[in-house]
Amino acid sequence: MATQPDLRGKGQPADKTFGGLAIGAAALVLLILALIAITMTSRALPVLRHMGLGFFTSSTWSEHDNNFGALPFIWGTVYTAFIAIVLAVPVSLGVALFITQVAPPKLKRPLVYLIDLLAVVPSVVFGLWGVLMLAPHLNRSFLTAGIILAIMIVPIITSLAREVIETTAQADKEAAYALGATRWEMIGAAVLPHSKAGIVGAVMLGLGRAMGETIAAALVIGSSAQIALSPFKSGDSMPAVIANQWGEASELQKSALIALALTLFVMTIIVNLIASRIVQRSLKKTRGA
Amino acid sequence: MNTRIAFLATPLLFGALLTSCSKKDDAGTGSAKMPAGSDNGYKDVKPTEAGPVSLSASGSTFQKAFQEVAMDSFMKAHPDVKLTYGGGGSGKGRQDLSDMVVDFAGSDSAFKDADKAKIKGGDVLYFPVLLGPISVSYNVSGADKLNLSPGVLAKIMQGDIKKWNDPAIVADNKDAKLPSEDITVVHRADGSGTTDNFTKYLDAASGGAWKLKSGSTVDWPTAGKVQAGQGNGGVAQIVKSTSGAIGYVDLSDAKAANLKYASIKNKAGQFIEPTAASASAAGDSIDVKDDLTFSALDSKGDAAYPITYQSWVIVYAKQANPAKGAALKQYLTYLLGDGQKELAALDFAPLPKSLQDKATAQLAKIQ
Repeated sequence: MATQPDLRGKGQPADKTFGGLAIGAAALVLLILALIAITMTSRALPVLRHMGLGFFTSSTWSEHDNNFGALPFIWGTVYTAFIAIVLAVPVSLGVALFITQVAPPKLKRPLVYLIDLLAVVPSVVFGLWGVLMLAPHLNRSFLTAGIILAIMIVPIITSLAREVIETTAQADKEAAYALGATRWEMIGAAVLPHSKAGIVGAVMLGLGRAMGETIAAALVIGSSAQIALSPFKSGDSMPAVIANQWGEASELQKSALIALALTLFVMTIIVNLIASRIVQRSLKKTRGA
Repeated sequence: MNTRIAFLATPLLFGALLTSCSKKDDAGTGSAKMPAGSDNGYKDVKPTEAGPVSLSASGSTFQKAFQEVAMDSFMKAHPDVKLTYGGGGSGKGRQDLSDMVVDFAGSDSAFKDADKAKIKGGDVLYFPVLLGPISVSYNVSGADKLNLSPGVLAKIMQGDIKKWNDPAIVADNKDAKLPSEDITVVHRADGSGTTDNFTKYLDAASGGAWKLKSGSTVDWPTAGKVQAGQGNGGVAQIVKSTSGAIGYVDLSDAKAANLKYASIKNKAGQFIEPTAASASAAGDSIDVKDDLTFSALDSKGDAAYPITYQSWVIVYAKQANPAKGAALKQYLTYLLGDGQKELAALDFAPLPKSLQDKATAQLAKIQ
């Protein structure tokens, strides 16, 4: 035994402590998540009992009649997140490809910093900018909210996409060049097929972020409970309506707002789960190659 | 090895510190954020000569401006008392008082019956402290003055009347040159006591024209031109920057934004402009219940501005801490007495004499 030391270092006090801490932290996350889910479900029950399935299918939200239908807010959340994705994905991919494939090494670092800097701007700043600069031209509308959300999710999509793209094997790229491909053709033939799954994952994570954004959306979306296709109409999203109405909400209305939160919670968990699966799978594939 | 252990232990220590801090906080909130140890001080010294007493409050943003000014002058005269008023809305104030997180609450409406069972500290007392008009602010060229009757106002706000030169509006404004511009209705995005009172007024006074009922949020129409803003300031900003807009804004915010506002036809048939005096007049002719709750909306006085609402300070009748109870009584005495003189400068209206006397008499019930 003495000739073959245990490389995992079991039995050392430091390792034991660390192991315990790590397991504790992991368990704590699960516990918190479970507690959140339980509390929200129990507090959402009154409105779900009162409204039944109508909570998800009705489009009237009236405090006075105790009639709470979440459909306009679900629509607003999905629609603004969709607009944000449509606007953010081309920009993010362009930036990621520029940084990894085109930019001279000197420019690379500052660019990465700048993009990451966008991610630390507080969302209320984006919201106020939207109110003061965009709303006078576009009104407070689905489109205004979509644009603001797009700016907010560009950093996350860009940095994830950049990391996936950077794992493209040099040999694949050189092979494409050797066959006479231009840089554009090389990206199409070597980089994108390799990174497709990872990019999809990055976009899904951005989508999750866009759906949950609260204060920026609350400021610019217009706060009217309507389902409209026109992006120039004002609407409302789930997190925005929670932030706006919580303070003065009546008892059942509070339950309805918590039920909205629960719905959003489930939606974002699903989106994030799908995203992390896709990212995991693509990473496995690239590492395995 | 030692450095590694230290490295690992740092977050642990930090976590322990954090939890011990938050525990201290929990204990402190019940007695409302006092400096450590001051709680014991009161028991040794006579309550009136105690060291610094601090009272915290939260609630109505409507009366926040008044509370800030009043607290400032009160603390100058009583350096031993520390007062803080956090806004957050009437609903939050009532909730905080129920949970005994604050010493008193500011609220524009009384506790709802459903919430009364959740009040932890026993009976509460309502002290009316001010009246204030909600202006109907507008932004349309050709009309420096605008007369609106409640029925017409209701139809405008719910989108039945879409143009500024609609015959119904022109009928009350023969001298104005109203353009054929689209009306943009501006309402609150957030749940609000202002919305609650404004819609209650339309519901009561419009003779059935108002269909949206009342509440801190209502189901506003979405067809036509409609916009929503955060807070009174947000609505004022939209009205100011949107030609053809009309919205409901506290008078002080409307004045601060330099908006034009309409005269509203009251119960006596007079078109009355919102001012401190016309709001006070509204308080003069209302029915006040025994617990001093009332509504100043749609008041019947000749000179009363009809969209006038009110705000209370709500306190517990039984004060557990005698020093705090004494300070609270002193502060309320000031609010109902000399403090009333500060109101006009803030575009609020002082309480009419009758109400002021009733509220002052009720101070004796605080124990």
